[in-house]
Amino acid sequence: MSSALEKLKARSLYFISPIGLLIVWQGLLMAGFGDRRFLPAPTDIVASFIDITLTGELKDHVSATLWRVFAGFFIGTLPAICIGMMMAMFRPVRIFFDPLISMLFPIPKIALMPLLALAFGFGDASKIALVAIGVFFPVVVNTFTGAANIEKIYWDVAKNYGASSWIVFSRIVLFGSLPMIFAGLRIGIAVAFIVLIAAEFVATKLGIGFLIWNSWNLLQVDMMFAGIVTIGLLGLVFSLILDGLERLCIPWKSR
Amino acid sequence: MAMERRGAGIKIEGLRKVYQTASTPTIAIDQIDLAIEPGQFICIVGPSGCGKSTLLRILAGLETQTSGTIQVDSSGWAVQNAMVFQESGLFPWMNVETNVGFGLMTRGVDKAEIAERVEEALKLVGLTRFRTHYPHQLSGGMRQRGAIARAFVTNPGMLLMDEPFAALDAQNRAILQAELVRIWEATGKTVVYITHSIDEALMLGDKTVIMTAHPGRIKQIIDVPFQRPRDVIALSGSAEFAALKVDIWHVLEDEVLSARKELNL
Repeated sequence: MSSALEKLKARSLYFISPIGLLIVWQGLLMAGFGDRRFLPAPTDIVASFIDITLTGELKDHVSATLWRVFAGFFIGTLPAICIGMMMAMFRPVRIFFDPLISMLFPIPKIALMPLLALAFGFGDASKIALVAIGVFFPVVVNTFTGAANIEKIYWDVAKNYGASSWIVFSRIVLFGSLPMIFAGLRIGIAVAFIVLIAAEFVATKLGIGFLIWNSWNLLQVDMMFAGIVTIGLLGLVFSLILDGLERLCIPWKSR
Repeated sequence: MAMERRGAGIKIEGLRKVYQTASTPTIAIDQIDLAIEPGQFICIVGPSGCGKSTLLRILAGLETQTSGTIQVDSSGWAVQNAMVFQESGLFPWMNVETNVGFGLMTRGVDKAEIAERVEEALKLVGLTRFRTHYPHQLSGGMRQRGAIARAFVTNPGMLLMDEPFAALDAQNRAILQAELVRIWEATGKTVVYITHSIDEALMLGDKTVIMTAHPGRIKQIIDVPFQRPRDVIALSGSAEFAALKVDIWHVLEDEVLSARKELNL
């Protein structure tokens, strides 16, 4: 009984800060502080959000962005997981990739956009490539860390019980590094949005990034905020999806 | 009841392992000569740092000796050896069933046969009801039962056990010791069992090998004369047991004392 009450208390605390912020924001503007043309009130943002949802404009932008995120995420994640695990299993692979990753990881990936536009044109391909590159690095580093930190005893058991390299890879390294892989995926999805929205500012006529940048050019500030809110909501949805996937993929983890 | 002895014979000659560290080479074990008959239960006792684990890891193929030979008469055994580790080493991401069948899966045994043999092994260690549990849902004792099942199910020529019960509480240890003796007497495998407990060595083994430290050498090999099948609990309270234990303690005492002298304690 008291624990349920405590839980409810904790839950409500969770919502106090965002709702409080919205109330203060709305209140200040309604009291006459600030100019609603430049800083729209939450209600104005909701109104234009509903507006572009009904016209179908938002749907087009969101689906363009989502397609690029999905495709890029997939293309970047798969080799990252494979290479990360190979680096942990085989020393030469680690020695080969280590300097490359250390050198390329800190480069802001958005700096590659002109290069990618040159290579893949201004269509979806260049943005998908950018997302893939952005996602690759945090996932490969996390996967390697997870796989390299698998306890020594499991390698010993595998060797003593006659496991081939393939079994070590598919039954031990893969599962042993899953928790860290998921940590990498979380960072990866955030990086995907960061680089993609920035790329959509300049090199496209479709996507949430374009919506934000175009609204800014037209001084439709409420519309700009609607785009920003959309990204936040998508981030929340992706986080929930990853939570569910993690539960499904790591049933042995005690929660 | 005459027991069927079914295990590999092992002949170790002049075994030596040197670890090359940055400054000086460290001799872990030296001049190890040991003949183990098929189906014998050998316990190796010694102070910490005497290289007993190194010896076992070489037998398990996890490390290679610097010099010396090991001959294993393993004809007729698909699997030469299986090791039970100090911490169970069950994979956290596999349930009990999959863990126990691991050594069969790696060797390409077909699924129906794996299921059958795993079933039998689970029954042997009393884990049938927990087959779909994950290791984190089991107690330490149950995890160790799982590890024992995983080793036995491969039907190895020899079982290598590295202080498998050291991390358990006293009650659980006593229960599992009795279980191990029962299982071993039923299967008659060759067992090499590492322990630092004289009690454990006398309760379980046919022979106790006493090792010295720095470098690890064999000091003495003692035949354990107790009848089989054994009731380990009753045995550990008997006068013969106590007398033999004191004898072995005297042998070990010299070792411990000389080790202390070296360290200026």
